[in-house]
Amino acid sequence: MAAVDEQVAPNSRSTSRWLVVFLPYLWLLLFFVAPFFIILKISFSDTAIALPPYVPVFEGIGAIGDFLSQLDFENYVFLTDDPLYVQAYLSSLRIAAFSTLFLLLIGYPMALAMARAPTSIRPTLVMMVILPFWTSFLIRVYAWIGILKPDGLLTLLLHAVGLMGPEDQVQIFRTDTAVFIGMVYSYLPFMVLPLYAALEKMDNTLLEAANDLGCPPWKAFWKITFPLSLPGVIAGSMICFIPITGEFVIPDLLGGADTLMIGKTLWTEFFGNRDWPLASAVAVILLVLLVVPIMIFQNQQKKVA
Amino acid sequence: MAKSLGPIKRKFSPWTDPAAVPFIRFENITKRFGTFTAVDNLTLDIYEREFFSLLGPSGCGKTTLMRMLAGFDEPTEGRILLQGKDISGVPPYRRPTNMMFQSYALFPHMTVEKNIAFGLEQDKLSKGEISARVEEMLKLVKLETFAKRKPNQLSGGQRQRVALARSLAKRPKVLLLDEPLGALDKKLREETQFELMDIQTNLGLTFLIVTHDQEEAMTVSDRIAVMDKGVIMQVATPAEIYEAPNSRYVADFIGDINIIEGTIASTQSALGAPGEVLIESDGIRLAAEQECPAVSGDKVAFAVRPEKVRISPDQPADTSVNAVHGEVWDIGYLGDFSVFIVKLDDGRVMRAAQANVSRLVDRPITFGDMVWLTWPRDAGLVLTR
Amino acid sequence: MKSYRFDATVLTLGFAFLYIPIIILIVYSFNASRLVTVWGGFSLHWYQTMWSNQGLMDAAWVTARVGLLSASIGTILGTMAALALVRFGRFPGRMLFSGMIYAPLVMPEVITGLSMLLLFVAIGIDRGFWTVTVAHTTFTMCYVAIVVQSRLLTFDRSLEEAALDLGCPPVQTFFKITLPLIFPAVIAGWMLAFTLSLDDLVIASFTTGPGATTLPIKIYSQVRLGVTPEINAICTILIGLVTIGVIISSITTKRTELRRQQDEHMALRGPV
Repeated sequence: MAAVDEQVAPNSRSTSRWLVVFLPYLWLLLFFVAPFFIILKISFSDTAIALPPYVPVFEGIGAIGDFLSQLDFENYVFLTDDPLYVQAYLSSLRIAAFSTLFLLLIGYPMALAMARAPTSIRPTLVMMVILPFWTSFLIRVYAWIGILKPDGLLTLLLHAVGLMGPEDQVQIFRTDTAVFIGMVYSYLPFMVLPLYAALEKMDNTLLEAANDLGCPPWKAFWKITFPLSLPGVIAGSMICFIPITGEFVIPDLLGGADTLMIGKTLWTEFFGNRDWPLASAVAVILLVLLVVPIMIFQNQQKKVA
Repeated sequence: MAKSLGPIKRKFSPWTDPAAVPFIRFENITKRFGTFTAVDNLTLDIYEREFFSLLGPSGCGKTTLMRMLAGFDEPTEGRILLQGKDISGVPPYRRPTNMMFQSYALFPHMTVEKNIAFGLEQDKLSKGEISARVEEMLKLVKLETFAKRKPNQLSGGQRQRVALARSLAKRPKVLLLDEPLGALDKKLREETQFELMDIQTNLGLTFLIVTHDQEEAMTVSDRIAVMDKGVIMQVATPAEIYEAPNSRYVADFIGDINIIEGTIASTQSALGAPGEVLIESDGIRLAAEQECPAVSGDKVAFAVRPEKVRISPDQPADTSVNAVHGEVWDIGYLGDFSVFIVKLDDGRVMRAAQANVSRLVDRPITFGDMVWLTWPRDAGLVLTR
Repeated sequence: MKSYRFDATVLTLGFAFLYIPIIILIVYSFNASRLVTVWGGFSLHWYQTMWSNQGLMDAAWVTARVGLLSASIGTILGTMAALALVRFGRFPGRMLFSGMIYAPLVMPEVITGLSMLLLFVAIGIDRGFWTVTVAHTTFTMCYVAIVVQSRLLTFDRSLEEAALDLGCPPVQTFFKITLPLIFPAVIAGWMLAFTLSLDDLVIASFTTGPGATTLPIKIYSQVRLGVTPEINAICTILIGLVTIGVIISSITTKRTELRRQQDEHMALRGPV
């Protein structure tokens, strides 16, 4: 592909062509890559009560030597010393892993059912999955508060059907359970769509061939359908796992005081304690934790494209 | 065929005239994509008003050669001359060639009219000139009533005509056709082949066509270049390619042929005159009237087309050369012809084709019959390559 | 047809899970009672309160402006990025480039937000409308790039070659042939970009400044104080807007599909 591309219109390596690469490239370098170096730099700075609330470690490019000699690991030492942060990281990874698992368990049957539906209604089903995604994340999380509150609609419903005494209340709001519900609810479209994309393009005659060769349907699923859908499973899992690890809104609105998630910690350090260097250090470690899943995701995307 | 036949074709053979100047010249062209060599040090001359075919299997480099002439690919080495001028580095939009694409590449968001006018608009012609030319082109391809339609409102055959009209509208010096009839069904394809030939003769243009369909190449071309793995195996008229292929590859690629490997016994006739080759092949003696570059003892192939092989239950008078005995193994009934696959007594297999001149359903020769295959001395051919 | 029944059950449950919370939210925006659990009769009261809430209206206006601007710049840059990825083969730093396109899709928002903020502080720009717009442009352009890229991958290159062959220089070819044909994808990319910008709380919270409070920030601060039917009302309006947008676009695609079918009939029928 690439070889052929270079051949096309060999004379059009003109300014316009150059600009097409250069403009988005420059924009992303400036606003996406450069900030990571700044975050790294600030994570090595000292906290100060000023605006901006940090003391820069070095000024100017010539001072790199100075910078290295003055590197201040104070923030990182603090992060590893305080078990609260370590627990927050671990708990984030745990919540993200379990949420992804739940998402797979709910999303896979849905994607499969969609892929097996008649061709005529498939676009409608896809639209129905996408539609909630187009409505605000915040609104969707907010909707669950009204349902899960102790005096909320779920309690009301359980009272009405008599599954719960009139004095009892549902104790889900502000617990990890509520966080899981919120995660699964918010990220379900992100899981279903890549799975559906992988399952939908699968050749149905493969299953017929398997049946024809004496393989019963349930076995054919595990031997044919599932292995072939693995790229979708990986893509969907990564698309969910990575942002969930750093999720802020859901644990903040649905979780309790004991729900530890690193996104929330970072938010508190930044907006609450105004400790920018520490918040930066928290972000750097989070990024390091996510490097491997991000690489897996990118590889997967490159294969698709 | 209900259509008029157009002007009678005249004998046309500028390539035999040493004084003729080639219109297009590919000079030592090599094209590499990474480590893959698509075209390998190829030299080829094409003359003005010629209908020239590049024929070969997919991946033989024929499309790459055409794309280099159009300007989409640049040769890695060598140069292309058009009317004596080197056109390297000239972008496709400044070359006096136009191309008809395999997929037709009609612009889906434009009407037939707009598609045909597209190239003319690039030349900044006046509105009047453009509409006159568009009308002329629509008439040429008999699509006058379709001017306002979009490409997806046309049938495959109609789209093919629009593509042709669009590529002809600018009156290119050379028209390049990339598998132009590949997407049409057999009947339409045959009709269109003749129309293409008429248009080419009437407009007096040079056509270069890329195809993998040998029948198509044979029908339309003045000359054919048979290509394999980036090199040209043979350039010749359709009749020469068929009757006098220069190699096993060309013989096998064009039409059906029996190839028997053997050794040259003598290059003289029984009377001692040159011009006859005698070949020994495991007890079979084969003779061909031919000037042969090889000498006695050389390993060569003897080739004879099935339709030149006679099949008969009776033993011929002379069984010393060009006569083999065997059993009918299989019969392929093709309607106009029947092909007999005969297993020779020594286990080798040969094919003979017989025109079905009568309406008999039960043929006199059938499975398991013992038969003789014979052919005259001017039917076979010795291949040294 | 056991699997059919299984599929139908799965889909019914799945869609119920996806839609019931939203439906409840909409229904309760018309509740006269302040209490979420008590149905006090139908009322448009909360829509009136919402309308007269100046802070909320200002935030909505800021959000709309940020969304329009960032989606538009993001669409231009994203389309360029997609062209670079699909069309330009290898160029120096291509790996980094495609990495920069894919990474923002999964990057936790807190990291993107914080790093952008630190950039703005480092180069000494006052935070406000423009910083939010730049931040939103940066992540929405990546989504646009992905959407347009997938269209370009199925684009028949010979259409562009045909235009070049007929004498049309590359830049004109892009505007006359390529752009009109990928336009639906570009529009879809724009809509996605606009919605993402409309939605974003975290990145906006980091990069905003005084006077540029966006709607999600406003909603978030009110939600933290508790559920109020006024928020239900504004959420309902947002959902309504998005639904109308999606329905309109799906009707247009249906219509083009219908026309395509008619065209095919026409092609089969032959000359008129």
